[in-house]
Amino acid sequence: MSFFVDVLVGGLLSGVMYSLVALGFVLIYKTSGVLNFAQGAMVLFAALTFVSLTEHKLPFAVSLLVTLAIMVALGWLIERFVLKPLVNQSSITLFMATLGLSYVIEGAAQLLWGTEVHGLDLGIPDTPMQFGSVAISEFDLVAALIAATMVAALTLFFRTTRTGLAFRAVADDQLAAIAVGLRLSHVWAIAWALAGVVALVAGLLWGARLGVQFSLSTVVLKALPVLVLGGFDSIAGAIVGGLLIGAIEKSAEVYIGPFVGGGTEGWIAYVVALGFLLVRPAGLFGQRELVRA
Amino acid sequence: MSEPLLSVTNVGATYDNAILALSRVSLTVGAGEIVALLGANGAGKTTTLRAISNLLSAVHGQITGGHVTFDGRRTEKLGPAQLVAAGLAQVIEGRHCFPHLTVEENLIAGASALRIGRRQLAADVARIYGYFPQLRAKRRLPAALCSGGEQQMTAIGRALMARPRLLMLDEPTMGLAPLVAREIFHFLRALNRDENLSILVAEQNATLALRYADRAYVLEHGSVALAGASAEVRERDDVKHFYLGFEPRQRRQYSSLVSQVGT
Ligand SMILES: Nc1ncnc2c1ncn2[C@@H]1O[C@H](COP(=O)(O)OP(=O)(O)OP(=O)(O)O)[C@@H](O)[C@H]1O
Ligand SMILES: [Mg+2]
Repeated sequence: MSFFVDVLVGGLLSGVMYSLVALGFVLIYKTSGVLNFAQGAMVLFAALTFVSLTEHKLPFAVSLLVTLAIMVALGWLIERFVLKPLVNQSSITLFMATLGLSYVIEGAAQLLWGTEVHGLDLGIPDTPMQFGSVAISEFDLVAALIAATMVAALTLFFRTTRTGLAFRAVADDQLAAIAVGLRLSHVWAIAWALAGVVALVAGLLWGARLGVQFSLSTVVLKALPVLVLGGFDSIAGAIVGGLLIGAIEKSAEVYIGPFVGGGTEGWIAYVVALGFLLVRPAGLFGQRELVRA
Repeated sequence: MSEPLLSVTNVGATYDNAILALSRVSLTVGAGEIVALLGANGAGKTTTLRAISNLLSAVHGQITGGHVTFDGRRTEKLGPAQLVAAGLAQVIEGRHCFPHLTVEENLIAGASALRIGRRQLAADVARIYGYFPQLRAKRRLPAALCSGGEQQMTAIGRALMARPRLLMLDEPTMGLAPLVAREIFHFLRALNRDENLSILVAEQNATLALRYADRAYVLEHGSVALAGASAEVRERDDVKHFYLGFEPRQRRQYSSLVSQVGT
């Protein structure tokens, strides 16, 4: 039993990392209906920028702030120069645009910072801590706390500020939002800037885990099953979906792996997502039509 | 007479650069007037309102000619947000409340184009509750869960939050019980009288609209077929055809069909 709890907790904690990537997708999908394939490239770009700055002997806090500013600017530039000209285009066109964008961002990262693998040390030890009979990595715990703080901050932003209200209004009904005098481009620019911030946090945590390298951008592929499970337009869904995928992966590795010769983490999430798609295409938390009973 | 608050001159409009929706629509709304825009389904009422508020581009539509002047300013270079800020608010067809936002959040969203502080915002929301007391009881309810009448009140209240000088409404009584529909028009007239709000209202329910409006325009196939004071328009025999959405020739065909069935 305690072994199962161990596995489960480990899975949930690694799932937090998936949630972080999925969150960036949700922010943009909710407001503009664009599936932003470039989210992974943004994660990579953020992590690479941060490491390179620290390697140039900038203090941690300064590097963090500079990277933050760069990510916000990047989000704004993307909105202004890529998505705004494509307004009213079909969603497949927009998706293709973000696909192209992801290569542009990766290329830019490569030009700016080179291609070698960087180690990233955030100063959080990866030592296991004992909670009763369960051992939890300190790093995982801190990562989970950071993710939770970010989600809480975002929720507060959406619920209590007028910009947050504009965000939810645009997500609810674009035509009505335009008619009441909301400027879609402002809201989109904010969504992209926030996605940039989320990418930075994800990039730092993932980078510290795996090293900062180009394969970091493939974390998008892990976000897709999370989004299928949680729903593309739900922040809560991104969190729960990430946790579920994490838990499923770890459990499968331990309980199914031995029977199929291991390697389950490569495919189990996609198989679960596929099965889920057949049963509940909108995801667990996907926007349901709100209708009167 | 002084310059009208709104004047639409020979405006044409298409959708997808192909579907002709308006050919040459001209109309005016004077300060303090209630003007009704009548016409059968597809006559171009909604398109006319969209052309005025510059919402056409959001629905793949284009203005192909003519021009619109609001409060002495040409509107073609203004975005929808600027027009709202200038005092031209619209309740779009089908209400379009933000479904997941509460009634109160919907109202607050209506002030998006204005730069006002929180205190002023709260006072404006209270003013709307003064107009529609039953909304106050529903303030924390998601708009999608309100009744049709309450949603229409929310949509009107949301538009009024922009403190307009001209309010445009697109079929505000659609799908509402006759009593509620009358209440809405009654409210609009009171607002017009007490706060000198000018109103341009597109309606299918011509009988009701003509009872409250000062003047009316009847659209047919994307242009103005008839215009005049409400009392005159009401008396015109040919107007009844527009109300019904039939043209005289089609009506004949219809009646001959009936007589054929009868034989
Ligand atoms: N989004 C759109 N795309 C293409 N054609 C449209 C669109 N909206 C309206 N039309 C067409 O433009 C013409 C005028 O439509 P409009 O909606 O303005 O009429 P309406 O008088 O408001 O009708 P109703 O009473 O049914 O609301 C119609 O032929 C309609 O089919
Ligand atoms: Mg219409």
